[in-house]
Amino acid sequence: MRIARNIGLPMAAIIAISAVALANGMALEAERVPVPDLVDLHPGAFAYRASGGFTRDGKPEEAPLVTVTVSRPLAMMKHQVTVAEYRRCTDAGACPKIAQTRPDRPVVKISWQDAHAYASWLSRETGLQFRLPTDEEWAFGAGEKFRDDVLPGGAERADPGRRVLAHYELDVATDRPADQEPQPVGSFGENRNGLLDISGNVWEWTDTCYARNALDARDDAGPTSKNCFVRVVEGRHRTYLSDFVRTARGGGCSVGIPVSNLGFRLVRDDDPWRTLRSVVEWAQQLAGLDA
Amino acid sequence: MVTRRTVLTGGVTAAAFLGASAWAEELNLPRVKLDLVAPPFVHPHEQVTKAGPKIYEVTLTVHEEQRVIDNDGTKVWAMNFNGSIPAPMIVVHQDDYLEVTLVNPETNTMPHNIDFHSATGAMGGGDLTLISPGEQATLRFKATHAGVFLYHCIPGGDMIPWHIASGMSGCMMVLPRDGIKDGAGRPLHYDKIYYVGEQDFYVPKDKDGKYKTYDTPGDAFSDTIEALRTLTPTHIVFEGKVDSLTGKSAMKANVNDLVMFVHTQADRDTRIHIVGGFGDYVWETGKFSNPPQTNLETWAIHAGSAGAAMSKFHQPGVYAYVNHDMTEAVELGAFAHIEVEGKWDDDLMKQVNAPGPIPVDLAKHAEILK
Repeated sequence: MRIARNIGLPMAAIIAISAVALANGMALEAERVPVPDLVDLHPGAFAYRASGGFTRDGKPEEAPLVTVTVSRPLAMMKHQVTVAEYRRCTDAGACPKIAQTRPDRPVVKISWQDAHAYASWLSRETGLQFRLPTDEEWAFGAGEKFRDDVLPGGAERADPGRRVLAHYELDVATDRPADQEPQPVGSFGENRNGLLDISGNVWEWTDTCYARNALDARDDAGPTSKNCFVRVVEGRHRTYLSDFVRTARGGGCSVGIPVSNLGFRLVRDDDPWRTLRSVVEWAQQLAGLDA
Repeated sequence: MVTRRTVLTGGVTAAAFLGASAWAEELNLPRVKLDLVAPPFVHPHEQVTKAGPKIYEVTLTVHEEQRVIDNDGTKVWAMNFNGSIPAPMIVVHQDDYLEVTLVNPETNTMPHNIDFHSATGAMGGGDLTLISPGEQATLRFKATHAGVFLYHCIPGGDMIPWHIASGMSGCMMVLPRDGIKDGAGRPLHYDKIYYVGEQDFYVPKDKDGKYKTYDTPGDAFSDTIEALRTLTPTHIVFEGKVDSLTGKSAMKANVNDLVMFVHTQADRDTRIHIVGGFGDYVWETGKFSNPPQTNLETWAIHAGSAGAAMSKFHQPGVYAYVNHDMTEAVELGAFAHIEVEGKWDDDLMKQVNAPGPIPVDLAKHAEILK
C-alpha cells in the first residue's frame, strides 16, 4: 500500500549563485520588500495521505498512504502571510484590496488566485522564486500537525450510507477553533519543524489540483482526471475549494467541517537558493556540524 | 369595627374565592405537572390516550439575555421562555386544559405576556397575562382544536415584532385523543419526534458593516426596530443559533423510523425540504383535523404557524433538513442534519459508475471530423 513518490528536482548549476549575489545587492535599496522569515525543511521521507478522490474497481476508496521523499532542501515561510505583508502587494496594485486592518494578523479571505498573485509579486520584488507549496510539501512541513482524515478500519466502506456517517462522525470529533477571528502570529504555537500556526484557525492554500485516481490491485494510483480550478486546502482538516473562493461556509446539503478562514504561506523555490543551501550544507558536513 | 368598605371588599373576596373553588370543583380533573424540555426534544407524552381530560400545569419563565447566534460570536439581546429559542413544546390532548404560570423575574427590564394560538379569547391569553418584572400570572384554557400551534409574546406596539424577532415564540401540540390519522382514518404512530423552531434575527450594523452589540435590551431597541423594518434578516437559524442541529447536535434516527418533525416560524414564510428524503405525511398548516398531504418534496410553513411532517427514512446516511431558500439555509443558517443509521439498500440507489473522465466516443468523433 505504499507508493514511492519523488518531488525533488535535479540540483541547479553552481553558476546560479551569481544571481543570489545580485538579488542580495539589490536588497540594499531602501524600499526593497524584505524576504520573509523562512524555515529550512531538510530532505527526508514521510508517510503521506494522498489527496484527491480514489476509486478501486469503480467504487469509492479511501486515499492510500504513500511514502513521499523530499529529496532537496525546502524553505517554507515561518508564518502565514500577514496583513502588513499583503498590504505592500495591494498598495502596489498587484493584489486585490482587503478590508482587514490589524497588521500583525494572518491575512484571510484570500483566494488561490490572490495567493498566486502575491507569490508572483513577491518573486518579482525580491528577485527570488516564491510559490504556494504543493500538498505534499505542506504536509511535510506540517509534520505532527497534519491531520489524517482517512476512516479507521474498512468494514464500513462498502455501504454508502455508513461511509457518509463514518466521515461525519470523524468530522464531528475534530476540534474546532474556539475563535474564528484571525489571531496574532504565533498564537497557535510552533510545530517541530519551527513553523508557526500550522492548523490554527487559518487554513492554507496549496498548489495541488484536485485529482481523481483509480487504484489498481497493487494500490498504485493512476490519475483519471485532474481539475485545477479546484485546489487542495490544508489546515485542521483537508478540503478542496474552487480557486476563486475567499470564504468557505459549511451548511445546507454539504456535510463536513467548514473552513474558518482562508490564508496562505509560500515556499521559496529557486535554483540559486537551493544551490547555496547545498553548498552551506556541504560546508557544514565538512565542518562536522549537523545541518 | 366593620365598615361598609371592608364588608364590600370582604364580600367581593369571598365571592371570588367561592367562584374559583366552584370552578375547580366543576372541573374536578386530575392535574399533571409537565417537565418541559428544550428543543429539538419534546417531553414524554402518549400519542393516544384512553383517559379522560386532565389539567396540565406548566411554568414559563421569561429570559432577557445576551446570546451568541452564529459561529462568529455575533451577540443579540435575546428574549425567550424558559431559556431556549424556540420555547419548549407543550403537548396535551384535545379537551385537556393547559394551566400556564408565566413568570417575569425582577431582573428583567420589560413587561411580557403570552398569546397561545391554541386558545380562544382575550388575545389568546395575552390580555390576561401581561406582567411586569417581578410579577407572575396564571392562565388556564381548554385545548379545543387539535394540531400544532404557535405561542408567543404579544406585549403591544413595536414590542410585538421586537420580542418575537428576539426569540419569544414556542409551540403547543394538541393531539387528537385517539391519535393522529392518515387520510383514510388509519392511525399513524411516530417513532421519534423533533421540534425545529426557525428564528429570524435582525442584528443592527455599524457604518463599517460590523454587527453592533449593546449593553442593555433598551439600548438595542431603536436600532433593532430600524433593522426589522428592512424586512431583511441578518440570520435565519434553527434552535436559536447557527449550527444548533449539526455535528454533535445533529438529529438522529434509524432506517424505517417514521419521524415527526414539527416546525415553527413566527415571522416569515418558510419552506422545508429534507435533502434525500420525503414528507410522507404532511400537515402544512399543522391541524390534525385535516387529512395529511402525502409524498411531498417540500412543504410550506406559513408565517405565524406551526407545521407537522412525518418522514420515513429508507437509507442510512446524513440527511440535510433545510429551509429550501438555499441562501437562507447556507448563508443565513437555516439548516440542520439528520444522521440515520441502518443498512444501505442498493435497490433504492446505487452508484453505477463513480465519477471519472468522460469516455471518448471514437465513432462519434470520427463522424464529426467527416
